[in-house]
Amino acid sequence: MFNTLQDLMLHNKSITYVLMGVVLVCFIGFWRFLTGREERNRRY
Amino acid sequence: MKRRHFLGLMGAAGVSLTTGVTAKAASSADVAGLPNAGGVLFDASRCIGCRKCEAACNQVNELPKPAKPFDDLTVMDTARRTDAKSYTVVNKYVPKPGENPVFRKIQCNHCMEPACASACFVKAFKKSETGAVVYDASVCVGCRYCMVACPFNIPAYEYDKAFTPRVMKCTLCQPRLLEGKLPGCVEACPKEALQFGKRRELINIAWDRVSGNPDKYVQHVYGEHEMGGTSWLYIAPKPSFAALGMDEGLGTTSAPELTSGALAAVPAVAGIWPVLLTGIYAITKRKDKIAEEEKKAAVEAAIAKASADAEAKLAEELEKAEVAGKRRIEVEVKKALEAAAKEQEGGEDA
Amino acid sequence: MSTEHTKNGSLFTPFNIVAGIILAAGLVVTVMRFTMGLGSVTNLSDNNPWGIWIGFDLLCGVALAAGGYTTSAACYIFGFKRFHAAVRPAILTAFLGYALVVFALNYDVGRPWRLPYPIFYQQGTTSILFEVGLCVFIYLTVLFLEYLPAAFEWKGGFDKYRSILVKLTMVLTIFGVILSTLHQSSLGALYLIVPSKLHPLWYTPYLPVMFFMSSMFAGLSMVVFEGTLSHKYFHHKMDEDYNANYLDLQFAFAKGAAWIMAGYLAMKLLGLSMDNRWHYLFTGYGAWWLLEVVGFVVLPCYCYAVGYRDRNIGLVRLAAPWTVIGIMLNRFDVSLIAFNWQLPSAERYFPSLGEIIISLFVVTIGVLVFKFIVTRMPIFYAHPAYKDSSH
Ligand code: SF4
Ligand code: SF4
Ligand code: SF4
Repeated sequence: MFNTLQDLMLHNKSITYVLMGVVLVCFIGFWRFLTGREERNRRY
Repeated sequence: MKRRHFLGLMGAAGVSLTTGVTAKAASSADVAGLPNAGGVLFDASRCIGCRKCEAACNQVNELPKPAKPFDDLTVMDTARRTDAKSYTVVNKYVPKPGENPVFRKIQCNHCMEPACASACFVKAFKKSETGAVVYDASVCVGCRYCMVACPFNIPAYEYDKAFTPRVMKCTLCQPRLLEGKLPGCVEACPKEALQFGKRRELINIAWDRVSGNPDKYVQHVYGEHEMGGTSWLYIAPKPSFAALGMDEGLGTTSAPELTSGALAAVPAVAGIWPVLLTGIYAITKRKDKIAEEEKKAAVEAAIAKASADAEAKLAEELEKAEVAGKRRIEVEVKKALEAAAKEQEGGEDA
Repeated sequence: MSTEHTKNGSLFTPFNIVAGIILAAGLVVTVMRFTMGLGSVTNLSDNNPWGIWIGFDLLCGVALAAGGYTTSAACYIFGFKRFHAAVRPAILTAFLGYALVVFALNYDVGRPWRLPYPIFYQQGTTSILFEVGLCVFIYLTVLFLEYLPAAFEWKGGFDKYRSILVKLTMVLTIFGVILSTLHQSSLGALYLIVPSKLHPLWYTPYLPVMFFMSSMFAGLSMVVFEGTLSHKYFHHKMDEDYNANYLDLQFAFAKGAAWIMAGYLAMKLLGLSMDNRWHYLFTGYGAWWLLEVVGFVVLPCYCYAVGYRDRNIGLVRLAAPWTVIGIMLNRFDVSLIAFNWQLPSAERYFPSLGEIIISLFVVTIGVLVFKFIVTRMPIFYAHPAYKDSSH
């Protein structure tokens, strides 16, 4: 339990910023996974 | 090209996101908030569960006769809610087993910022200056979004009518109020558990009563701030409002505030999207053009290179041919000279 | 369609029999609904005013008809010009989808003859539903205009109007994307007003964004899925152009869907984090939420990604219907399963037979009309007389 909205938000947003960082890194990883074989698969 | 496509979509999602969050309702300075609105204070500690208010409401609103008469108190053994045939019901709660039951009257709370009105897409609801939230059946389409939106589960629908179904809910007896009379239920209450007055004054009365008897009452006036405040106010004996089946977690945010962000995003999309989409289209076209030009340039270069090669080869060939030619001439000349020399020698011999 | 089958000998194909039964049952329920009222055929109640006619017919119908705006945007705005053969089927499905959504709404609202009121008579502009109604109405018109050239080519003799419409392609496409953004997200925004009724795992201020994002991959998945089906049943109708790019389109859309789904997943998690809702994951509803998110977002997303990566069309075609089911699950969760979660189970809603019949009835009409149109009009192939035009 938190006493003020400020305290609650401080807690939530702190976690969210960390999660945001993780998410952004994961995006890079996923993009590399998704497109990793594009060159090999390209058929001209 | 594909990558840009998806980045574009992601950016697009981002824009609608920020606009949704940053937008806020009009400043409260522009909203007067009906300070003179009427309301009703309900004191659960005074209510004896006689159902006289139910009977009066049924009568003044000319609602159909119920299956069981109003003096049959066994009706309250099962929890009920308002429906198309009853604008108000009284329920019985037993906070602790073995103790005396407590009763609560349920009807429309006539919110200060009604969710039903905010949700209706034909403006069928209006908070009037008397405090009553009134409904106009002559425009209602019957989408029932008002029923979805009401946090107190009040409006009911005439599901059994094929041609003229209406939303049904307590009117705060608006017609009677306009005639200067009290709401039917308030007038009928024998215990003064219901009290009609200006909401502003009722809040003071409620707090006086609650704080004057802190051992008896929950120290809260339900409806003072819930969902932006309601015209119908409640005070209750301990332990809690939740023991009377009331939602204590509704919060104080009113319905218009809950949707204002999304509503503000609408014009933003109409303003930003055409620019963004046309921009993406232009970039796509430009890239296509560049790709086209690059292709053309590459082809030209290839052709140029090919012809240069050909020329070089020709020159080389020519050179080769020349060399070969010279050789041949030399050989011929040599041959001729040799022949001439021989002839001379032969001539001298002869 | 009957002519086609009589040619093959019999009217009583399994397809026709099932369709016939559904249509007959649907007509019976229709008569009951409009003579005896909503109560006679539905399980709707005062606590549960919206059932599957909203949860399925409206929410799923609109989300799954998103193929129209995603495909035309990909082709005309994002420059995937070689997919233009796929635009017509997608527009047609979207047009039919929206037409059926509006048709089905006539069953759900109490006084359907007043449906024009919010637009033409008295506008409740603070209502999210007003915005949905307005956008759906305009978008239906836009889709109709986008579809018209095909009908003109079929009938012939409207070349002047046809060429005007074809010139408007770009404008109509951009309009379509704007309107779709608005009403797809607004369907989620409908639930912003009920924080106390919708379970906290589903209630988030991001609802509109999530509905919009999920409509994008719903649309892409529907195009892949329908393409696969159509390929099976209408192969003879398709021209070279359609067939040549058909695999490439499915792969490109698989990639798009996988990537957007990753973003959607991120939003789902960030939404929980913003309001610190993690502890709900360890409840019964939490398990259900995980089923929806892991079982029907993460896994099909992975399936799409591997399918694209390995150029494995089988995986892509598996992921498409999987994603579609996931979208329906999500819409059901928001509108029915996680809605009114605090009510005792006796007061919860479960659809009646009549409601299910009408929903099937509407879908069946859609399939029949689609069949009627694609076997006659130039949808899967370019009309020989108009081959060179890019529409
Ligand atoms: S209690 Fe419900 S029906 Fe009554 S005014 Fe408030 S939102 Fe409207
Ligand atoms: S049911 Fe009637 S009153 Fe309620 S929101 Fe719809 S149109 Fe408005
Ligand atoms: S105020 Fe009037 S309509 Fe409302 S419950 Fe009382 S008697 Fe019924």
